[in-house]
Amino acid sequence: MTARTVLTVAALTLREASRRKVLRALAVLTLALLALSAWGFSRLAVAETQFGALTSGQARLVASQLLNLVMFGLSLIAALGTAFLAGPTLAGEAESGISLAVLARPVRRSTVLLGKWLGLAVFGGGFVVVAGLAQCLVVLVTVDYWPPNIVGALALLAAQTVVLLTLGLVLSTVVSPMASGVVAVGLFGAAWIAGVVGGVGEVLGNDGVARVGTVSRMLLPTDGLWRGAMHALQDPTALAVFGPEGAAFPFLSEAPLTAAYLAWAVLWVAMVWGLAAVAFARKDL
Amino acid sequence: MGEPSVAAPDQAAVRAAAELVAGLPPAPALWCTGLRKRYGRRSAVDGVALSVGRGEVVGLLGPNGAGKTTVIKMLLGLVRPDAGEVMVLGRPGGDPAARARVGYLPELFRYQPWLTAAEVLRLHVRLAGAAVPPDEQRECLALVGLAGRAGDRVGGFSKGMQQRLGLAVALVARPEVVVLDEPTSALDPLGRVDVRDLVLSLKERGVAVLLNSHLIGEVERVCDRVVILDSGRVAAAGTLAELLGRREVRLHLTGVTTAVEARLAAAGPVAREADRFIVALPADDDGTAVPDLVRDLAALGARIHAVEPGRISLEERLLGILRSGAGEERR
Repeated sequence: MTARTVLTVAALTLREASRRKVLRALAVLTLALLALSAWGFSRLAVAETQFGALTSGQARLVASQLLNLVMFGLSLIAALGTAFLAGPTLAGEAESGISLAVLARPVRRSTVLLGKWLGLAVFGGGFVVVAGLAQCLVVLVTVDYWPPNIVGALALLAAQTVVLLTLGLVLSTVVSPMASGVVAVGLFGAAWIAGVVGGVGEVLGNDGVARVGTVSRMLLPTDGLWRGAMHALQDPTALAVFGPEGAAFPFLSEAPLTAAYLAWAVLWVAMVWGLAAVAFARKDL
Repeated sequence: MGEPSVAAPDQAAVRAAAELVAGLPPAPALWCTGLRKRYGRRSAVDGVALSVGRGEVVGLLGPNGAGKTTVIKMLLGLVRPDAGEVMVLGRPGGDPAARARVGYLPELFRYQPWLTAAEVLRLHVRLAGAAVPPDEQRECLALVGLAGRAGDRVGGFSKGMQQRLGLAVALVARPEVVVLDEPTSALDPLGRVDVRDLVLSLKERGVAVLLNSHLIGEVERVCDRVVILDSGRVAAAGTLAELLGRREVRLHLTGVTTAVEARLAAAGPVAREADRFIVALPADDDGTAVPDLVRDLAALGARIHAVEPGRISLEERLLGILRSGAGEERR
């Protein structure tokens, strides 16, 4: 009964995303991004600098950096999409009255929440994986670069989306639907900036500033997962070229993720989801 | 050797207990006691107890803000009571499984606008864990007058059509108790008649109904019992006969002598205005009081111009109860 309810609600959430034209909007945005990047990468292959044509090694290096940049754009689209889907799905339905009829059925609120979360995770994660893979294929065709760990990169990008939508869910149980989307995206951006600030701190050898990045990566694991994904996407030689100063560059990641950090991200999602379930169960409709 | 002699009486005892339980009347469809709910400093519901028996139609009446919708939401687990007990079809209200055979039309009715009417019903059948074949779901839509709109998106429905869909949702999963919160608020007069017929057909099928409605006439026509809420408390409750028990007879008489007056007073409390008399009749009157009175008055020489037996309407009674409640508060 519980599993059936979870799947029913998850399917309903997916259907909502497709019927409300969220899917179409995301597809249009993604195609635009893919087309632009395809054009850009194809120019790169024939680019000449003041020192003459790029060597194939240089081109790969630049491509790997640009890929990180474009992937950041993709993850931003996914973040905005899921955060603005996650908010209305709980708070919006409570406000409009849709949840009254649904929750008066013999279902636990946590079961309904799990279904919503699962539907959004499949939607957001699926989008990131498909769009990310398409982007990598574009890069492969245009400049003949293939990321060293594509599976890991896409999985981490999907995980980043799941983290953000979980945040959106917990926010939507306490604030209005619109505010929850804005706050989730705002926190996502703040965590990314804090990560960049932390990188600058590392280069400057300022522990206090460097700690900003570390702390923000613990509080909201989106930036940490994003850095892991970047590391899996970028050309291994990039680090050697940029040297230790590379830490300050926002589209370069120094090290792969540790297992401990991944475990923390999983625990973070579980805890925040639990918080959302408790808040939702106590909510008066 | 010893074991069977120990086990045997146990089995007998278990069987006796089972028979005893089987013989008990079924638990009420909805039951609550001591329900309380505060929103901030305002008390919305303050110690409400009510019960809806199996197959019984109970009306919930009261002015705006009396706490009717909050009571309904607490019965259905949508609002957490601060205190009090809820039982739904014999199971504690906190257990979601208690609501397996409950149908609900909320006061604020909205259904997924991106789904079609038929999909909304299918969703609710799945959530209820019921096995209702598609034909029966279609019949349910036809019952509320939406047969031709099954494949249309709910987003394009008018308020009245959404309320009709809400009725179908409440009825689709073969409920044993249906809670209707203002079911006719968006309906035209024809729709109101439809709802009344619907409630009457539910009653015929033995489905319990809790009906919250401002339309006192509707409540009076379909309900077995009425609970009147005022300021979060039960102001009055009972069967219509109990609440409206006071019957009266209006008489237009001339030639009234003291003997006639005495005979009138013997029938019940009398209110007089010139030649017109209103006699309140006892609640346990079996229909003989008025003919007996007329016969005696004629015998006593009174000239009888008009006799109008009357019943106090639920509306008058409701207003009376609410006004006296408000009067007490002012004092």
